[in-house]
Amino acid sequence: MQLIYEQSIDGRRGVRLPASDVPAALPLPAELLRKEAAGLPEVSELDTVRHFTNLSRRNFSVDTHFYPLGSCTMKYNVKATENGAALFNGEHPLLPLLPGGEPHAQGSLALLHGLATSLAEITGMAEVTTQPLAGAHGEMTGIMLIAAYHKAKGNKKRYVIVPDSSHGTNPASAAMVGYEIITIPTAPYGDMDLDAFRAAMNNEVAAVMMTCPNTLGLFNPHIKEICDIAHSFDALCYYDGANLNAIMGKVRPGDVGFDVIHLNLHKTFGTPHGGGGPGSGPVGVKEALVPFLPLPRIVKNDSGFILETTNPASIGRTANFFGNFGVMVKAYAYILLLGREGLIRVSEQAVLNANYIMARLKGHYDLPYDFTCMHECVFSASRQVKQGVHALDIAKYLIDQGYHPPTVYFPLIVKDAIMIEPTETESKATMDLFIQVMIQAAELAESDPGAFAALPATMPVSRLDETRAARSQQVCFAGC
Amino acid sequence: MSGADYCPSTPEEIREMLAAIGAADLEELFSPIPEELRARSFDLPAGISEFEMLDRLKALAQQNGAPLTLFIGGGYYDHLIPAVVDHLAGRAEFYTAYTPYQPECSQGTLQALFEYQTAICRLTGMEAANASLYDGATALAEAALMALRATGRSRLVIDGGVSPFSREVIRTYLANLDVEIMEVVPRNGGIDREALLEALDDATAALLVQNPTFFGTVEELSDIAAAAHEKGALLVVSAYPISLGLVKSPGEMGADVVVGDGQSLGNAMSFGGPSFGFISARKKLIRNMPGRIVGETVDGQGRRGFVLTLQAREQHIKRHKATSNICSNQGLCALKGLIFLTSLGKEGFRELALLNRDKAEYAKENLTAIDGVSLVNDGATFNEFTLRLPKSATEVVERLMAQGIAAGLPLGNYEPEMEECLVVTVTEKRSKVEIDRLADALRNELECIRF
Repeated sequence: MQLIYEQSIDGRRGVRLPASDVPAALPLPAELLRKEAAGLPEVSELDTVRHFTNLSRRNFSVDTHFYPLGSCTMKYNVKATENGAALFNGEHPLLPLLPGGEPHAQGSLALLHGLATSLAEITGMAEVTTQPLAGAHGEMTGIMLIAAYHKAKGNKKRYVIVPDSSHGTNPASAAMVGYEIITIPTAPYGDMDLDAFRAAMNNEVAAVMMTCPNTLGLFNPHIKEICDIAHSFDALCYYDGANLNAIMGKVRPGDVGFDVIHLNLHKTFGTPHGGGGPGSGPVGVKEALVPFLPLPRIVKNDSGFILETTNPASIGRTANFFGNFGVMVKAYAYILLLGREGLIRVSEQAVLNANYIMARLKGHYDLPYDFTCMHECVFSASRQVKQGVHALDIAKYLIDQGYHPPTVYFPLIVKDAIMIEPTETESKATMDLFIQVMIQAAELAESDPGAFAALPATMPVSRLDETRAARSQQVCFAGC
Repeated sequence: MSGADYCPSTPEEIREMLAAIGAADLEELFSPIPEELRARSFDLPAGISEFEMLDRLKALAQQNGAPLTLFIGGGYYDHLIPAVVDHLAGRAEFYTAYTPYQPECSQGTLQALFEYQTAICRLTGMEAANASLYDGATALAEAALMALRATGRSRLVIDGGVSPFSREVIRTYLANLDVEIMEVVPRNGGIDREALLEALDDATAALLVQNPTFFGTVEELSDIAAAAHEKGALLVVSAYPISLGLVKSPGEMGADVVVGDGQSLGNAMSFGGPSFGFISARKKLIRNMPGRIVGETVDGQGRRGFVLTLQAREQHIKRHKATSNICSNQGLCALKGLIFLTSLGKEGFRELALLNRDKAEYAKENLTAIDGVSLVNDGATFNEFTLRLPKSATEVVERLMAQGIAAGLPLGNYEPEMEECLVVTVTEKRSKVEIDRLADALRNELECIRF
């Protein structure tokens, strides 16, 4: 398909602006003026519509395809929540920060406060900030809160502990806050090696970051013990909430002993992933960390909701305003829709669906950690690799069959990992068809392993030369 | 049963699945969770239908009261959004996809992001852009970290014309790192060139400036860029994208890294988000960039295609040695930005910038005609300018608020010397009638003080 720039014709116009109702101003001084207008496309409105509509058709998405991308919780995004978010499109975020402005944002502030209160109850935390703009941003915010806590107590801390199965964002977020990383291996039982963890623990450890269920989809029965050990060194426990979809109403990280948690609203709370974002990463904390929460902080008093804008203990602002508000409206709407029983059922059905796929595919793919899983299951293509067929080949086969592939090659600790997260919104019929296709892929790997190299064959492009992309670094169109 | 859960399975299907698993009931699947770890509370209301939910949200939206006439900006702007933006970005194939890890079935997102990166490079006068960051403030913080990495230095100089919100975010981001931050105090609502140049030294990784400044002045930065380069420092410019329809690009002025907030490009204000942050740079800095980058390549048959590239910088591969922790970005908002720029096109975008400036100049002339009201700085401005009032701007804004006008951002909370100063923003959406009404209201307000 042509780039939009390649369709550009000099002088062609798109959307027209209103005529000016004020006199033309004197131009800017010449030294401040652009020599030449920026090289944006010159196309008609229909050109724009056709181009982006046709581009969209080159995507797989939840609304068009089964999308069992492990660790990303690609559930159905409820349409009515979009209508809800649109109600707030015209709200300027500075309004409540203006003198006399808070009355003009009471609804928006009430909504944020309501969402934060619900999330605190769901996770067992004392207070939630909605400011972080994505999961990784929440992690960084959470680790900053932990750093502030230690600083206030005069603790000298250097390290953050992460299991080797963690999301890459965990060590990356801790490193952004200046901590050194200690990585603990995974034991044969699929969780962080408890003995190795005990041996690594010391007084300079600031925090332990855990994902539970972890990226193998397993619930770690020792998490309370891990929290207790960490606390005995005055290290805090961080809960990566990326996999919360598995445990709503079953476990609350706060009850277990976790001190800080981030949530991914675009995963568990059903907001659309938008081809890479926007996400939203609210952070919940226990009472001891409340004083350090980012500003501005929404506080409820007798007359309504006000903003606390100064507090010397706070870590300060982590983003421009109150977070990805539009995303939060949808998450709030989702919680209203489902309610207590609905959220519990979400986790039960998500776990049921993952275990069903695991049970049905177990005979066809290696399952390096063969335990009851939570919301996702992780296979290895190691059996197929012996025939020269890798996880990536199986992924490409699935594309041709009309399935978005599972996450592959993650977690890094599983060779040729295939990480499948069906989510609760998929039907048995859809999963049965997917299982059938996965079995066919395993059979093809035995009967004709060479067939995979040419796949996918039904897409606008076949396998792309990634080495060439990295070497040539063409990240911006040079022509036209 | 009240409420929805969007789980399609029937009781019969659930029994069949449990049988295939070999579990007696759903509870058995949760047996890996020890009893003593079970939730102690889960106190939430019962679910409701989508109709009741929307009624609830409408009631909340109404609590925000009647819309005000907005003369405020401060990084977020009330701009027109062509209808095609939401129609096209709302296509479910864009909306409900995720990060394009599998390029063959994600060419729609990938090509759009490549086109977006191209648009950002062209607006900013740079050679490389990424596929978006969270917002303008965090993008500036990421640019600071990028400069620290690229130069191996540990000192930053931040101009006082950078938004106080962005400065706060940078301080938060760097609080636990061994970095010296030198903040230059703004002078008369513009860049204090002398102080800025004096603050530069051989240990400085980067000089961070905003253009137009938080106070609205548009600055020529070539001399500042040259001075920074002479010391081996990078010039990082935070730019307001709409201004780039008229104003010389940061690239033309010698910037090394350019960032900004993309909200004004087709994203609703939505009480502060989601928008997107953009970042672009000289090509030699590309390996130090944070976040996803889309690159062009070919398939086995020589057909052009797009992939996520230079992933060895990123957290899912490099873990704690990654250039940033960012994973999810603001892809859909960046797509809106691209569609916005495409629908207006080369000439339309220039006209939009012109319209903003014309309205703001009209407002400037009328507001400064009021007795006792003057400009803090008589330098050139784009669509924002700072007024000095004969009394506390905080009080004035509060009183005009009651008349349905958000008259501007009073600076007292941000700059202690500027209690009487007000940043006024005038976008293309403000009509002459609304501007005249602001002038009348301000005149009345100031006159009634006098009597």
